[in-house]
Amino acid sequence: MPENHEESKIVRVSNVTKNFHMGKMEVQVLKGINLDITAGRYISIMGPSGSGKSTLFNMIGGLDKPTSGQVFIDEVDIAQLDAYELAWLRCRKIGYIFQTFNLIPLMTALENVTLPMTFAGVNSDDANDRGMTLLKMVGLESRYNHKPSELSGGQQQRVAAARALANDPGIILADEPTGNLDLRTGEEIISLLQQLSQEKNITIISATHDFKMLNVSDQVVWIRDGQVDKIENRDELSISLGEISIGNRH
Amino acid sequence: MENNTSFLRQKKQLTRHHVVMPFTKSVGIAFRSIKARFLRSIITTISLVLAVSFLCFTQVTSDIANSLASLENADLQRKLTAAGYDPAPDTKEETTQTNKWAIKNSPKQKWIVSLSLLVCVVGIVNAQLMAVTERFREIGTMKCLGALNHFIVRLFMLEALMEGGAGASAGAVFGALFALLTSFFQYGSTVIYTLPLQDILLSMGKAFITGCILSLAGVIYPVIVAARMEPVEAMRMEN
Ligand SMILES: Nc1ncnc2c1ncn2[C@@H]1O[C@H](COP(=O)(O)OP(=O)(O)O)[C@@H](O)[C@H]1O
Ligand SMILES: [Mg+2]
Repeated sequence: MPENHEESKIVRVSNVTKNFHMGKMEVQVLKGINLDITAGRYISIMGPSGSGKSTLFNMIGGLDKPTSGQVFIDEVDIAQLDAYELAWLRCRKIGYIFQTFNLIPLMTALENVTLPMTFAGVNSDDANDRGMTLLKMVGLESRYNHKPSELSGGQQQRVAAARALANDPGIILADEPTGNLDLRTGEEIISLLQQLSQEKNITIISATHDFKMLNVSDQVVWIRDGQVDKIENRDELSISLGEISIGNRH
Repeated sequence: MENNTSFLRQKKQLTRHHVVMPFTKSVGIAFRSIKARFLRSIITTISLVLAVSFLCFTQVTSDIANSLASLENADLQRKLTAAGYDPAPDTKEETTQTNKWAIKNSPKQKWIVSLSLLVCVVGIVNAQLMAVTERFREIGTMKCLGALNHFIVRLFMLEALMEGGAGASAGAVFGALFALLTSFFQYGSTVIYTLPLQDILLSMGKAFITGCILSLAGVIYPVIVAARMEPVEAMRMEN
């Protein structure tokens, strides 16, 4: 246990709540989430649809503000960051992958991958070189000049993964990255994420209800109704996995 | 010495912590965006072309009428009166001024021009509002990738300026040509010999600038609203 203290917590979520206004009603979607995420791990946030995974994803990624509570990235409270620092965090520190891919429609695959590098101040030649290297890594170097509309869903998601890696982020946040993909392309994305976590020591945080993710996760955070239900490490997982496969058979 | 290097290091770190968007890159993206949505851009600018050409047409027509009136030709003055101008000399200022025949746009004409410009502004604001709404997801995504609000505002303003510039110059040219043609048919070939080139160019320039300003005015409100949103809000807005 004392070891745990020395491992750096790259993300710390402290008592985060989030309310949404629905007309006059106020709905509490996150009801006090606490979470410590150790650098270099592959974390899956699991839970049924509507349990608040995307909302939590947005809080961790600094894409939306919590109603109360704090999110720390590298022990910095992101609510304290000004617009410039927040943009810098989104640009350099975190790479985002979305269920709907969210590539810029008018830009080619290479331009999509190099856009975050442009924001980071990398000159065009270096950005293009690195962009091609990243596209090669996801197996799409021959498609560098294609627009998103000319790529399949799986290919678009791989471009998105390459884009997420553009500025060597410490964290990759993925919200249902396999949600819009068929089984096989979904597996490709999962193994790509696993490879990133193992080879580049990038912290992967993935919101999902895709049980294929369980096999590659170091830790699974189960969310139910806006609260952390349980947190399981890899070694404890086989038990729940057994339950699931039994459950599926019925 | 040591102080100095640490200061430099600090400064370097500060600049390292800033995201950037080179101006040429913005221009490139804006230009390509217009090119890719060419048909769409044309529709957006069409109301601008019409309004600017109407504005330019009325101004140039009165420029020409002005220069014809100063010829003090009875036949021409009859035609000018028939066209709705009032070329009677200003009795209060009977000096040797060449411009004593100055013709003012009638109030009715001014009213029509302002009305057409108003309709045009509404058209442009509406078109730009739709164009921005359509691209909320793109705006949200760019913010996720580290874009600052003003990168996005600048991008859309550049687009509006390019569209507006093209539309307004087309409008100014059409308006002036049309004014020349109608004046030629109305007053005959005298028009060509007395063409007030300088005044016409000035009117075209004014119409062009008005068009550019209208185009910018149309885009600025929707894009500032969009750029200020949290990225998720922007991404959720579309569809
Ligand atoms: N902007 C919003 N306004 C109102 N309700 C929202 C908003 N975003 C999410 N919700 C609600 O919050 C709940 C959790 O949503 P979400 O985080 O997207 O769940 P998940 O990603 O786990 O499917 C849902 O009931 C959803 O309707
Ligand atoms: Mg979701």
